[in-house]
Amino acid sequence: MNIHEYQGKQLFRDAGLAVQDGVHCTSVEQALAAYDALGGNVVAVKSQIHAGGRGKGSLHNPLSGDMVMQGGVKIAFNREEVETYAQNILGNILVTKQTGADGKRVNNLYIEDGCKIAHEYYLAILIDREEKMPLIMASCEGGMDIEEVAEKTPEAIFKVHVDPSEGLLPEQAEGLADSLGLSGVAIDSFVENISGLFDLFVSKDCSMIEINPMVRTEDDRIVLLDAKVGFDDNALFRHPDIIELRDLSEEEPTEVRAKAAGLSYVKLDGDIGCLVNGAGLAMATMDVIKLYGGEPANFLDVGGGANEEQVTTAFGIIMEDPNVKGILVNIFGGIMRCDIIARGVIAATQALALDDPLVVRLVGTNFEEGRRILAESGLNIHTAETLAEGAQMIVELVGGES
Amino acid sequence: MSIWISENAKVLVQGITGNQGTFHATKMVEYGTDIVGGVTPLKGGQIVDLGSVQVPVWDTMVEAIESTDADASVIYVPPRFAGAAIIEAADAFSQVRGNGIIVCITEGIPTLDMVKAVDHVHNTDGVRLIGPNCPGIITPGDTGGSKIGIMPGHIHAKGRIGIVSKSGTLTYEAVAQTMSIDEGQSTCIGIGGDPVNGTGFIDCLSAFENDEQTEAVVMIGEIGGTAEEEAAAWVSENMSKPVVGFVAGMTAPPGKRMGHAGAIISGGKGTASEKVAAMEAAGIRCANDPSEIGAVLLESLKAAGLR
Repeated sequence: MNIHEYQGKQLFRDAGLAVQDGVHCTSVEQALAAYDALGGNVVAVKSQIHAGGRGKGSLHNPLSGDMVMQGGVKIAFNREEVETYAQNILGNILVTKQTGADGKRVNNLYIEDGCKIAHEYYLAILIDREEKMPLIMASCEGGMDIEEVAEKTPEAIFKVHVDPSEGLLPEQAEGLADSLGLSGVAIDSFVENISGLFDLFVSKDCSMIEINPMVRTEDDRIVLLDAKVGFDDNALFRHPDIIELRDLSEEEPTEVRAKAAGLSYVKLDGDIGCLVNGAGLAMATMDVIKLYGGEPANFLDVGGGANEEQVTTAFGIIMEDPNVKGILVNIFGGIMRCDIIARGVIAATQALALDDPLVVRLVGTNFEEGRRILAESGLNIHTAETLAEGAQMIVELVGGES
Repeated sequence: MSIWISENAKVLVQGITGNQGTFHATKMVEYGTDIVGGVTPLKGGQIVDLGSVQVPVWDTMVEAIESTDADASVIYVPPRFAGAAIIEAADAFSQVRGNGIIVCITEGIPTLDMVKAVDHVHNTDGVRLIGPNCPGIITPGDTGGSKIGIMPGHIHAKGRIGIVSKSGTLTYEAVAQTMSIDEGQSTCIGIGGDPVNGTGFIDCLSAFENDEQTEAVVMIGEIGGTAEEEAAAWVSENMSKPVVGFVAGMTAPPGKRMGHAGAIISGGKGTASEKVAAMEAAGIRCANDPSEIGAVLLESLKAAGLR
């Protein structure tokens, strides 16, 4: 689960870390009031969406698609600029490198006090899956596209692995300060902030904290000028306060509903819906559809123990996508018997009055019985023995209709 | 032989009194697994009916291992307790008999719990963790065998192909593919789709390389992380037996998690095409389609003079 920058900043503030004063706004009036409340100094006007690259993104009118403004994060030197920027941002679509061409509607704004920057750094904490422990990454090349830095000058990124049983050691934090070339009071300020961030990472079960940029001010303080915070979905049960921060408008509605039904669904751009049990097999099914010249409309994993009701829900979610012209069901029945799945498929197609072509590939426990049930149903259901055969069949059926 | 689990292994079930625990313990017994008992805190002294056998329940893993001298345990406890269950099992196996295999089936364990659990297992001599979020491990026997997990037992047969995979149902596809060319399996292991797990590809490949029964290996990867690339590098340096592969997720878009917590292309890393390229470069022939794994394996066996 991801949260907005303004929410992340509040978590940082609560933990006693160095962030600038700022106010969350949802209207131009609030933005102006925030500017006044912050003392009428230089402020940053920041679009709040769950994607990076905001500064280099562009804002577009949701109806015409015309560009309204370049840059989703602006520095305002006076009240008029705050008004203009807030107007250009709120309600418009922000397109960044990470949002895809469709962009994201901006409903939230953060007005933050400016500060005098001497240098920008990059800082992140995440789980290194190969070393199986938390990893802190820092670089003097802040504000930049860190993926580009990692590719072109990997030596410019300093890495510190933290042993989970020991936590972040003071000498590790000091070593990192040294690598970043900090001196004097900036070292203490950095050590205090990185230690606090690491504690936050662990205590709130974060999946990632990324600060780009973290800055050193002209008076040698370290300030966390950005806050990209993600949480481990599996650990949310122990963080009711974090669940409160969830902004469902930032998530694909069908994906949210699928999750609530115990299904894992990701919408894609093609026209062949897929219903599969198991994440690996679901990905492989998408791949094979593509291999035979089709385009998958979605990833959908009904899980290992899906029942008739979940299969019906899954069909419903797939059918909501207007692009879908046909469906491939690929089930390797293990613990779940194929005859039960076949009955679920029939019930779902009847309940939803499905008239698009449907190819079902059932294999595993009781597959003969499952195929017989489908064949005798009198419905327009094609059956396949292998994944390759099923994929070829659905690609042909869908292609033939268009 | 086989790897890690012999066909006669004695197995405990952690969480045996829960729905999942009882259901899968019964299925394991049906397959031929020697389930010697289970553990559920505060339910010690109960007897659980697994169809053809009735087995005792203990409160702790230490008592259970002392009473049964079990070789392995399989964990079906809910996600929030699973990390602690792994640590308890590791300590108990190490203290009581100096070794043991822990198989964790549970899906949805917090990543930081797994960081702690995996760290603990690595610092405890003689124990190995397989999983979590995996189908488990199976060593088919001449009759029956040892199935520790949730895979459908009946699709397997004893043979000479080792299988290692991140995915559950795709492992079953791989098994069916070996059967389609009349080959059975030595041991099949699902290492799981989580970002932090106990046993990796290289552990499995290395064990298969040293196992007399195994003559070739099928390795199934998926997007996310760099485990496949590292395994490929290891294979080209160390592996004498043929390895064939498949990687799921060629069409997965970056930044979208594909069901498994670990299956996500982030920061441009972990794409299927990079993995396939690394594997092919290491001499691992890869199928484009899981339905072709059998054919690719057959070619590799022939090239190695094994068919």
